[in-house]
Amino acid sequence: MQTAIDESLQLPQIQEPRNDGMPLDLDWVASVQANTSAIERRAKTLPGRRSVKKSHQAAWLCKAISCMDLTTLSGDDTEARVRRLCAKARQPVSPVILDKIGMTGLTTGAVCVYHDMVPTAVDALRGTSIPVAAVSTGFPAGLSPFHLRISEIGESVAAGAEEIDIVISRRHVLTGNWQALYDEMKEMRAACGHAHVKAILATGELGTLRNVAKASLVCMMAGADFIKTSTGKEPVNATLPVTLAMIRAIRAYEARTGLKVGYKPAGGISKAKDAITYLAMIKDELGGRWLQPDLFRFGASSLLGDIERQLEHYVTGNYSANWRHPIG
Amino acid sequence: MTVKEIFETMDYGPAPESSTEALQWLADRGGIAGHYINGSWGPLRDDFTTTNPATGERLAGVTNGTEEEVARAVAAARKAQPKWEKLGGQGRARILYAIARLLQKHSRLFAVMETLDNGKPIRESRDIDVPLAQRHFYYHAGMAQLMETELPDRKAIGVCGQIIPWNFPLLMLAWKIAPALAMGNSVVLKPAEYTPLTAMVFAEICTEAGVPPGVVNIVTGDGSTGAALVNSDVDKIAFTGSTEVGRIIREATAGTGKELTLELGGKSPYIVFEDADIDSAIEGLVDAIWFNQGQVCCAGSRLLVQEGIAEDFYTRLKTRMSGLRVGDPLDKCIDIGAIVHPVQLEQISKMVSDNSEGETFQTAAPSGCFFPPTLITGLHPASTLMQEEIFGPVLAATTFRTPEEAIEIANNTRYGLAASVWSENINLALDIAPKLVCGIVWINGTNMMDAAAGFGGVRESGFGREGGWEGLVAYTKPKAKPTKLKPIQAYSGNGAPSDPLDRTAKLYIGGKQVRPDGGYSKPIYGPKGALVGHAGLANRKDVRNAVEAMNAAKGWGKTTGHLRAQILYYIAENLSARANELADRIKSLTGKAGKVEVDQTIQTLFTFAAWADKYDGQAHGVPIRGVALAMKEPVGKIAVFCEDDYPLLGAVAPMAAAMSMGNRITLIGSEPFPLLATDLYQILETSDVPGGVVNILTGGHAELAPHVAGHADIDAVWSFSGSDISGTIEKAAAGNLKRTCVNHGYDHAPPAKDLLAAATEIKNIWIPYGE
Repeated sequence: MQTAIDESLQLPQIQEPRNDGMPLDLDWVASVQANTSAIERRAKTLPGRRSVKKSHQAAWLCKAISCMDLTTLSGDDTEARVRRLCAKARQPVSPVILDKIGMTGLTTGAVCVYHDMVPTAVDALRGTSIPVAAVSTGFPAGLSPFHLRISEIGESVAAGAEEIDIVISRRHVLTGNWQALYDEMKEMRAACGHAHVKAILATGELGTLRNVAKASLVCMMAGADFIKTSTGKEPVNATLPVTLAMIRAIRAYEARTGLKVGYKPAGGISKAKDAITYLAMIKDELGGRWLQPDLFRFGASSLLGDIERQLEHYVTGNYSANWRHPIG
Repeated sequence: MTVKEIFETMDYGPAPESSTEALQWLADRGGIAGHYINGSWGPLRDDFTTTNPATGERLAGVTNGTEEEVARAVAAARKAQPKWEKLGGQGRARILYAIARLLQKHSRLFAVMETLDNGKPIRESRDIDVPLAQRHFYYHAGMAQLMETELPDRKAIGVCGQIIPWNFPLLMLAWKIAPALAMGNSVVLKPAEYTPLTAMVFAEICTEAGVPPGVVNIVTGDGSTGAALVNSDVDKIAFTGSTEVGRIIREATAGTGKELTLELGGKSPYIVFEDADIDSAIEGLVDAIWFNQGQVCCAGSRLLVQEGIAEDFYTRLKTRMSGLRVGDPLDKCIDIGAIVHPVQLEQISKMVSDNSEGETFQTAAPSGCFFPPTLITGLHPASTLMQEEIFGPVLAATTFRTPEEAIEIANNTRYGLAASVWSENINLALDIAPKLVCGIVWINGTNMMDAAAGFGGVRESGFGREGGWEGLVAYTKPKAKPTKLKPIQAYSGNGAPSDPLDRTAKLYIGGKQVRPDGGYSKPIYGPKGALVGHAGLANRKDVRNAVEAMNAAKGWGKTTGHLRAQILYYIAENLSARANELADRIKSLTGKAGKVEVDQTIQTLFTFAAWADKYDGQAHGVPIRGVALAMKEPVGKIAVFCEDDYPLLGAVAPMAAAMSMGNRITLIGSEPFPLLATDLYQILETSDVPGGVVNILTGGHAELAPHVAGHADIDAVWSFSGSDISGTIEKAAAGNLKRTCVNHGYDHAPPAKDLLAAATEIKNIWIPYGE
């Protein structure tokens, strides 16, 4: 079982110091503002303001793949299903197409599974630099006993997960109990040890963008390596307005602490065009440094298929079809 | 670059929109922009060139319209107008709807042509200018449909001359033509000399939409063509452009009876309070001052930041500015395109390089007709760049300490077009909005525009509104036919006083009876030559004192409608108590029985008392999650030259109208029969009217008119006088572009609602909401 960080090639590309957090600053949390209408306007006009074409588009789509947590989180997952997904993560696009665009060797950023599937995924990805991410802490609702949530993290790390996607207690946000959220996050971060922790805010259940921004900040103060929108199980998952609220919190946190925290939108991103819009938003709001898998991930299951078709179109000039691309 | 390399750099790369179709469209039509008169093209002469500012390449030749050509277009419009009006609301609605549809069908051609000609980013012409132009025609198709039922007392003005600027060529065309056509007018429109091309495409779709020949005419040319249009036989001029040219047009049309609306410059404040969503406020600035290269009359060009957050705000703003992409406007990934013309670029560059105050931060721009986004911090209200309109991507910034100081700085300008207020505190934002002197306020937003909400300013930003119900006033007039006024001579005589006990009529200023500054009085005789009394002869210093008194009474504008109604009723009560005496006085001065006039005066007071708390604003249905509140605000300080032949009613009617809406007023009483106006002040004194709210002067209208209309601290002048002073007033009003409502020698006793409209300005407050 490989656990040492230095053997896992994807994450050790990190040049940035890890976010070890800071004391909870409630004044800062209280001062957070998020004007929903203005944020929505920015989100709505961004796709019209940014456009990438031809080889740039192909490169950006490859970037999206390299930042993708290819995910299966279903009750009917089996070992074979997970192995099939891992095979897709290793070879996300037909080698013929990758060869034509000079991107041979491109893989997804990670594979994301439930705890029980971690050993299978680790095994299936052996020999690659693709890390395994495990959703944890009573995912998706996060309402199992706290000590079990904490020990779940430990078991997943022990099983070889290098990234742990935890879920926060939404009730702490909804009741404004920032201290409780901070303490919970801090303990989860500690339980992760060397594994990187992504804090899933479940933004679709937080009520307001202001809450989203505040929860983002508190989780970063408590040492989250990434903040992530959704479990994929809420009625509303990743959206551009939520993304703006969260990445502006990341920007503010960096301005204050010098520490870069990653961002992962998850759920609902299924079109290549959407992926490009997200990348453009990250580039414009956070800067190009964030367009690397150590600071940005898509949590997605069906996005890859659309990107494959777009890449084939780029190579051949003809629109593609689903069945021409292997399923994951 | 290979995909692999781009994968590393993650650059945007070029994303060009093709110009092939638009250039072909021009080539197919001979490459000349020229006149479209009476439904056909011509003449098309290559008098000067319109170029693509981004490349400097020639796009087309442009015909410089002559006086004769303008006259021909106006004649065509004159001939076509009655039939167009008679077509009826439904008939016009169908054609306006067809225009909207055609704008949509050819949307990309319009967008590309606009970007080629003007240099604005294709994103803006495609996502903002063209859709908004369509929206104006859809909206006004509806207005045509509703005109007969909703505006039963209004009719078309006739032929409208319209002169539009180069910053939003198609959009300004739509703002001008759509309401004019909807209300049954015909138009002669002159596009700007730099940007005539989308008007050509528009002319073509007019034919396709079935617009009858002569209803829409377009003449191209430079300023001389515009001047010819102003001086031609039109009934109205609508102008959007610089304050300088607006003033010239005001003077040129003075006394001609031509209606006039002006949408001029601005130096709009962008106020950020410390509790704002700062990132959103910064993003808003991108749309405020870096929209259309800052060449926007309502651009948020003066940044006012609360002192405590200023440094943080500037730091974040500079970071954001560095992300703005300046370059080829046809690139779909460009934020800031080309400045419209090298002449403008030169002007912007000079204003910025002449400035030696504050700190200047600039990002980069390509060589050519481009100017980089620029922020100048540490300026003060006294700095030139805080006062003068730059009309480029240059943001001038200063700080404030308190809400009160923010308002003071915001209003410290000759302009008054728009303002943005950023705060998450609804109490603060909604308190600030009414206090800003301007026509549009955006709360937590900027540059929101829609056909359903009026656009336009106060002070030297011009007058009139475009869009909304309020915009229709500018393209309609009352159906009632006015009659020519007969001048009334004062009676002369040398008789003895009719009442030997002398009653001294004084002026009434600031709640006090004062002697005229000049110390001169004039004897007033009755019809049979008896001396009825003396009236003071006010001079310019009395005007000045009256204005000071009005200034001191500024609290009146903040009183409730209910209170103002109470006071108007109280005036009526006190006037009624002295009805017989006033009727006798009218008879002694005019020879006519005065009872009817006194009765009408009391009625009028009741009417305006009734309106005081009922002349409601509107909540416009704009396409955002939020509202645009059209608030009716008092104009401010109004001076009125009263009607001559109804010495009591003629003073009380405008007074009551102005008072009811919260204005302060100075009445210059009937010239031949001034003693009713002076009787009035005793009634005002007993009716709880605060001092300075109403001031009464007597004297020669012709002598006082230039001083009143020229006073920079009077907001509006009305004249119902029998003296020929309308032209004088309109001309002198050009100085501070004050609103005028004058009779041009006609019997102009406006209906109550028209007086109320003249007594108010409509401010649209945009309030997007949502948590």
